[in-house]
Amino acid sequence: MKQRAGSVLRLASPLRAWAQRFMLFALVGTAFALMLLGKTDTVLIEGARTAVTDAVAPIMSAVSRPVNTVNEGIQQVKELAALRAENADLRSRNERLLHWQMVARRLEAENEALRGLLRLVPDPRQRSQTARVIADQGGAFVRSVLVNAGESQGITRGQAALSREGLAGRITHVGGRASRVLLVTDMNSRIPVLVGGMRHRAVLAGDNSLQPSLLYLGPRVEVQPGETVVTSGHGGVLPADLPVGVVASVDERGVRVQPYTDWDHLEFLRLIAFEMPGLLTPASEGQ
Amino acid sequence: MKQLVWHRLDLLARQLLPFTLSCLLVIVAMVPLRIPDVAAVMPSVTLIAVYYWTIHRPDLMPIWAVFLLGLFQDLIGAAPVGLGILALFVVAGIVRTQWRFFARASFAAVWSLFGLVAAVALLAMWILLCLLEGALLDPQPALFQFIATVAFYPCLSWVFVQTQKVILR
Repeated sequence: MKQRAGSVLRLASPLRAWAQRFMLFALVGTAFALMLLGKTDTVLIEGARTAVTDAVAPIMSAVSRPVNTVNEGIQQVKELAALRAENADLRSRNERLLHWQMVARRLEAENEALRGLLRLVPDPRQRSQTARVIADQGGAFVRSVLVNAGESQGITRGQAALSREGLAGRITHVGGRASRVLLVTDMNSRIPVLVGGMRHRAVLAGDNSLQPSLLYLGPRVEVQPGETVVTSGHGGVLPADLPVGVVASVDERGVRVQPYTDWDHLEFLRLIAFEMPGLLTPASEGQ
Repeated sequence: MKQLVWHRLDLLARQLLPFTLSCLLVIVAMVPLRIPDVAAVMPSVTLIAVYYWTIHRPDLMPIWAVFLLGLFQDLIGAAPVGLGILALFVVAGIVRTQWRFFARASFAAVWSLFGLVAAVALLAMWILLCLLEGALLDPQPALFQFIATVAFYPCLSWVFVQTQKVILR
């Protein structure tokens, strides 16, 4: 059965075949072990992940730029075609917004006055940084993106990531120059939120579908479609009152929320650093 | 002597090509295209790559290369590490046990068999993920990814054929 050396396919000798079979079993075993290791002890796996992500981030950053340029070109052509209709739409929207601006100014002044009256503790200060999305959601089972900012830009774990429209997700892994954002639609995402004008507490839980659901609503709480969902700030990790989405449907299977974020056009994310004095610092944890 | 070294290096680079090309494709597949709904159903390029090379040049896609490719893909994506590796092993395993048959089959047969192999691999992936998460997950994304992957096979296959013709000879 042995072919001459130099032919492309050399058929293996029995010993070699045995060694190969052993290698296959060993590698399958390693894969299983890695899977279980990832489930239990995540430090090692996360380290490897961060290293690989950091290594390929420059490549991805470079490749994603021409794609952006092409997309922007297409977008501009589309916009030119719809210019008239959009103009009319914007005029009417402008009128409505002017009205809301007036209302907001009045409320802001009133809010300021009431806060002064009550001596409310001021909200912690927020710093924000904007980063480019350089890699998309990883396949069918995950909803996350990579952004081109990391430790060197002062990004830390847990920061909120905002799209133009609202909350998109939060930072889960931070590398040297790239970080991963777990989107609110991912099945591992849990975000404390407030629902509607009554500000009912709930947890927004993703399940990899486009519309995450609301968990832990109170037993007698009635929620209507169209009510807004904002972050609650409970847990002190995310700032309060970031817009998340609106209630899309309410039925016996649960409450679904349509996030404001346009997942198809995630290009830049604003990463919000949120400094709650005395909370979640090593000093306070040690006490 | 110097020429011999260069010749060796050249040969090594050519032989590493199936692996490096597959790694590059993994990166390219992650680039945000921002076309509606494409991200979630992005075809799995590694399934195609491992299937193609195991059939046509099994010597250049050894089992450890399959392992490394799967590991790279799992680490760069956010999926549980090991899941993608096992899916690729399913593909490589099926093709290797029936290698004589696959190597002689026509393109149409290879393509339709890819549908079968990819279905088994993605199904295994879905079952493992369900076990890992301890919950019954929506199989729909996996189904869409399966359709996209099978539909994308001829396209990528053409690229590999050209690579094989021009560079590997």
